[in-house]
Amino acid sequence: MLALALITVLAPAAAILLIGVTRHPRLAAFLNLAAAVVSFLAALPLPVLTTMRGPHLFWSGSIIVDRLGAWVQLCTSIVYLLSSIYAVGYMRMLDEEARLPRFYALFAGFGLTTLVGPMMNNPGLYWIAIELTTLVSTFLVAFERAPEAIEAGWKYIIVVSGGISLALLGTVLSYWNGSFVLGPRYDMTWASLARAAPHTDPMLALLSFLLVLIGFGTKVGLAPMHTWLPDAHSEGPAPVSAMLSGALLNTAMIGIVRYLALADQAGVGRISHSVLIALGVFSLFVAALFIVRQEGIKRLMAYSSVEHMGVIALGFGFGGPFGIAGALYHMMNHSLNKSLMFFGAGNVMRSYGTKEISHIGGVGLRFPVMGALWLAGAVAITGAPPFGLFQAEFSTLRGGLATGHVLPVLIMVVLLIVIFIGFLNHFRVMYYESSIAPAAEAGALSVWCTVPMWCALAPLLVLGLWWPEAIWNYFGTIAHVLGGAR
Amino acid sequence: MIIAHLGPLAASIFSLIAIVSLLLSFVMLGSRWLRHYLYAFAAQSWLIAILSASVGYYANFPELYLIAILTFLFRGLLLPYLLLRIVRRLSVPRELHEILRPSSSLVVGALGVVFALAVAHNISAELNLAGTIVVLALTVMLSMKLIGFLILAARQEAVSQILGLLILENGIFLGSQILVPGMPLLLEVVILFDLLIVVACFGVLVRYLMAHAGTTSSRDLRRLVG
Repeated sequence: MLALALITVLAPAAAILLIGVTRHPRLAAFLNLAAAVVSFLAALPLPVLTTMRGPHLFWSGSIIVDRLGAWVQLCTSIVYLLSSIYAVGYMRMLDEEARLPRFYALFAGFGLTTLVGPMMNNPGLYWIAIELTTLVSTFLVAFERAPEAIEAGWKYIIVVSGGISLALLGTVLSYWNGSFVLGPRYDMTWASLARAAPHTDPMLALLSFLLVLIGFGTKVGLAPMHTWLPDAHSEGPAPVSAMLSGALLNTAMIGIVRYLALADQAGVGRISHSVLIALGVFSLFVAALFIVRQEGIKRLMAYSSVEHMGVIALGFGFGGPFGIAGALYHMMNHSLNKSLMFFGAGNVMRSYGTKEISHIGGVGLRFPVMGALWLAGAVAITGAPPFGLFQAEFSTLRGGLATGHVLPVLIMVVLLIVIFIGFLNHFRVMYYESSIAPAAEAGALSVWCTVPMWCALAPLLVLGLWWPEAIWNYFGTIAHVLGGAR
Repeated sequence: MIIAHLGPLAASIFSLIAIVSLLLSFVMLGSRWLRHYLYAFAAQSWLIAILSASVGYYANFPELYLIAILTFLFRGLLLPYLLLRIVRRLSVPRELHEILRPSSSLVVGALGVVFALAVAHNISAELNLAGTIVVLALTVMLSMKLIGFLILAARQEAVSQILGLLILENGIFLGSQILVPGMPLLLEVVILFDLLIVVACFGVLVRYLMAHAGTTSSRDLRRLVG
């Protein structure tokens, strides 16, 4: 199990080294792709192994492989794989041959840091992993070097580093809080903090949870700390946007979830959950406002990420087996679906040479296959059946009702409907308002650009039609461990 | 809690260092010359290094000597040097368009300290540690946080914003030396290195900003809205 967990991380590390040595653009793309395949294959059996053998600690407790972490690693490695496939095709369209080795090295580094996060058993090291994801991805966001991309990169690093320093403060305070129980010097792990939590001071525990929530919430993109997200997601190259949205946000969310469990243990669970629910509802609200009146195609996708992170926050905030299962299922489906959406957006942006929704028309006529995939993805991402996100959101709603959060559930339903209408309206414009004739030269898309879309849509459909009982039980155990059976 | 029950000498040394560091962050608030920010930051880092060493000595945490040396080398010498190079290359010696004048930001900063004191007082009363060094440590930690965010919000030069972030982390460093001196060594070492990487990244980004956006003031970064 340790070997597998390490391979997920070592494969990208090896890719970085080899890319650094060879510095050949084509080769770099395939080295990165190979790393992604290896780490996906290694992450795939992890949830099964953790189910069979239970959570494990390695290296004197510095690495943890538990159900929650394994699940997030699986989601991350899927996005890493899909976007690595996509990058092969997309980056060729950019005409940046000479800088490609650097791009792929950074990309593998981004994969590496997002995969490392969930494995960290030490909250401090987890914080460092999150900080490193910011540093690596800033350069990916600013890769295209247009003034907008530089601006987005700058905003990203300033806002996120500022926010995440609050999480560091929260981490220090929770260690301090634990030191009243465990003595001034103890090993800092999730387990030791949880052991100390019931005997610690509730007020300090609440303060540290709130700081951590705001800190990692900045990284997750919960409103009102989401301001970096639309810029970074819209200005980075499309594979990077997919990684930011599908992989990074989940990795940061896991920190909030683990601290939430600590807050539960410390007896401040009620108010912590309420704050998380409030942030979730507010994220949905902000996302709905900006989705309805959005003009940029990738910004639309970015605000949809804010929305979905809000839904996941609501799921964990509601708690209980349904809420937590809904949130975890949502993570996987959102990872698949948002990758699909960003791939489609990247293809369309490159083909039409614009980021504006109003300058795009007749997508379905110009790209029959890719257009159909993208449209199906759009239907899926708004939470319509028969796709996975419908199941996940439905379970979240059930979780909310089961734990007695009627008002947030009602608001959530209304906002989801508003987002459904607003989001699909933009697609109606892009597909059926054919005032803009599709450009004459219909440059064919490379296979690399459409294959990952198929690979994302197929499991999305399967997960929507069939929620395997094994996965349901898997989530049930996680919910139990997190103290979801409140 | 060992630190809270130290002798009066140790407590006064710690208090002195904490208060002077807080004052130095007011120096940064009250000045508009980038070079002054840098000197104040360097002095603050030296103080934190001294603090680590003295906590290590009085509370018997020998590993803090290592932290003190690393803090001095990285935060006290290397970081200010790197930033100074950026400032020189940019030839922007001072803030041009501040949102808050230095005098007003001093007042806002003072309000922040009052707020931090109120929070710190409540927490330490809850923990039965009122009247100890804990109150002061928490106050300084929280108010340096607030001042850092104030600088981030009110200053627009790229270098000032980097320094705002560094003050945020200095506050945490200072507070954690007093509150949790036993926090695992590895962690603190990694955080030090991490900072170095941060500044290296910023250096590159600032170069990009100059070359491609034509300015290093975040005032002119307003293309992406909505």
